[in-house]
Amino acid sequence: MRLPSFENTALARRGFLKNLLAIPAALMLAHTSVPALADEANTTGLAVTDDTVKVGILHSVTGTMAISETGSVQAEKLAIEQINAMGGVLGRKIEYIQEDGASDWPTFAEKSKKLLVQDKVAAVFGCWTSASRKAALPVFEQYNGMLYYPTFYEGLEQSPNVIYTGQEATQQILEGLDWAAREKGAKKFYLLGSDYIWPRTSNKIARKHIENVLGSKVVGEEYYPLGHTQFNSVINKIKLKKPDVVFISVVGGSNVAFYKQLKAAGIDMGKEKPLFLTISVTEDEILGIGGENIEGIYASMKYFQSLPNENNQAFVKAFKERWGDDIVIGDVTQAAYLGPWLWKAAVEKAGSFDIDKVREASPGIELTTAPEGYVRVHKNHHLWSKTRIGLAEPDGQYKVVYESDDLIEPDPFPEGYQ
Amino acid sequence: MFAEYSASELTSIFAMQGFAGLILFSVFVLMALGLAIIFGQMGVINMAHGEFMILGAYVTYIISNLFADYLPVIYDSYFFVAMIVAFFVTAALGAFVEWAMIRHLYRRPLDTLLATWGLSLILQQLYRSVFGAREVGVTLPDWLMGSYPVTDLVEVPVNGLFVMGLTIVITVGVALMMQKSRLGKQTRAVVQNRPMAAAVGINTEKVDRMTFALGCGIAGIAGSAFTMIGSTGPTSGQLYIVDTFLVVVFGGASSLLGTVASAFTISQAQSTMEFFLSGSMAKVLTLLFVVGILMLRPQGLFTLKVRH
Repeated sequence: MRLPSFENTALARRGFLKNLLAIPAALMLAHTSVPALADEANTTGLAVTDDTVKVGILHSVTGTMAISETGSVQAEKLAIEQINAMGGVLGRKIEYIQEDGASDWPTFAEKSKKLLVQDKVAAVFGCWTSASRKAALPVFEQYNGMLYYPTFYEGLEQSPNVIYTGQEATQQILEGLDWAAREKGAKKFYLLGSDYIWPRTSNKIARKHIENVLGSKVVGEEYYPLGHTQFNSVINKIKLKKPDVVFISVVGGSNVAFYKQLKAAGIDMGKEKPLFLTISVTEDEILGIGGENIEGIYASMKYFQSLPNENNQAFVKAFKERWGDDIVIGDVTQAAYLGPWLWKAAVEKAGSFDIDKVREASPGIELTTAPEGYVRVHKNHHLWSKTRIGLAEPDGQYKVVYESDDLIEPDPFPEGYQ
Repeated sequence: MFAEYSASELTSIFAMQGFAGLILFSVFVLMALGLAIIFGQMGVINMAHGEFMILGAYVTYIISNLFADYLPVIYDSYFFVAMIVAFFVTAALGAFVEWAMIRHLYRRPLDTLLATWGLSLILQQLYRSVFGAREVGVTLPDWLMGSYPVTDLVEVPVNGLFVMGLTIVITVGVALMMQKSRLGKQTRAVVQNRPMAAAVGINTEKVDRMTFALGCGIAGIAGSAFTMIGSTGPTSGQLYIVDTFLVVVFGGASSLLGTVASAFTISQAQSTMEFFLSGSMAKVLTLLFVVGILMLRPQGLFTLKVRH
């Protein structure tokens, strides 16, 4: 395990020294001539010098959430390094300051404030759980910062200070349910999730869609406390109710217990009786579950490591070169990778690091180089993206079996689904 | 709610649900046994119990990789080796922790709570630094996977049977040891009257260390077995700690029989309610039930009568 915090403090310190040296230089320049571009970009009160710009990375590298957030940190660092190798943003190298949210929501708020007020970063790439984002959000709105948030989440939010690079609930869920109904003839659904806001909101949307749009039936809806490790009872209930599809949003350590016990109970997931469709298990989670224990389930997401397009092949290669051959890349990791690139594009379009100008420039930004293919920023600050269905294989990868024809419009406040 | 099912379906479901309860019971006993020994015999509240369990799980992970690399021929039997190694590794760590930390705190039970909680944080970060923040997947030998089909609907999971068997062996082993062996007798003597035990020549310090090591060792075995049913990550131990304390406190801290009885009550209550209600509600009701009983019987279900 690398110790990211060490290398970062070293980097941050180097950045600090450089800034100290830069001050007299900037003062001298102020009396003589200042290049127009630098002038434009430097009037923002942010940590921008003539050759560097500072950004923040804010994820949990300690505590429960470190399991999930590690991949995002790696993706964001890779993107920043690649951007720097291409010459940076507006001619400036990106320097990152990494802070640890420590899986503790108030810490996310505190560290956000530190990054915005003390370090004056031009953007922050971070947060993972909805709880951490909700904690940090007031700070970003008060001090007018810019947060790039990578996780697929429940929607019902739209802040001028956040760009949501993961999918909101309807983008991820509706396509998956439609697919199950259309391709697999599913009529009876069983909803199962961990007991907190994301699964509950997701299942609410799913239920409305199943009952009102698909005209099918929900035969069970169940929640288990976070960290629950005994699923034999619910497995019995599933056997009894015989649904066509079990729609799963179980998270964290519970996932491992659930799929291992499912397999041990003699349910062959490959038989698709019932069919298991998850919105919470990425390649990252399969590492802990074990490919042989989850083989045969389907996942509905926007990104899988196995996507065959050229962008993704280059991304996977670079990621492995940087972080090791046996690493896997999940949906959120890819979304985190988009953050720095979307920010770069917005800054270049605005010609400035100024938060307000970057915000104005953001809607309509497109990335043709995104590993998931192509994304565009909607005016509601979410991304237009495609949704794919993957079939889990024993090697821990998903095989893409379906892809939506068009980009799906993000709709964080879906009418008729609340 | 049962109108839509046939009689045979209902019979099979109740059979399976009963079996699920028994598996839960075994899991509870296995995870609580180590804690019960340490808490009951020494009065030490070991908040790092979950982390000792996860050490056992990580040992299993390492052994399984070693077998896959060097001894693939006998890979199927690695699990037994792993459990034995897990026992000794966690017991050794337990003995070290007792020597370095716990023994200085015997007169301050609340401080052991804080100190072992600190230890749990240290161990978590240690696992994270050594094994990485992501969960590791422990590959199980094929014979531990799958299930025996009894009828079309009733299927008995092999790993559930294995956990039940293991729990019986370890519980009987511990009970015999406490009743018959020299160490067991000495431990009970120390619990009943420390100064007198010392006066008749029992090395109480050594007994303390062995007891603590034994409790940790059993936690290690439990952790090793739980790789079959749960996750192995730096903080996975936290998933078990609440249930473990619940079982031990409810049972009456100083009685192994109490631990078994309490595990049985809680597991049956929970699995029955889980079937009729949603998982979260079942948990809430179980906790309410336990709180209610503890208000009436603060000492727990069973207590050891000791003259103080």
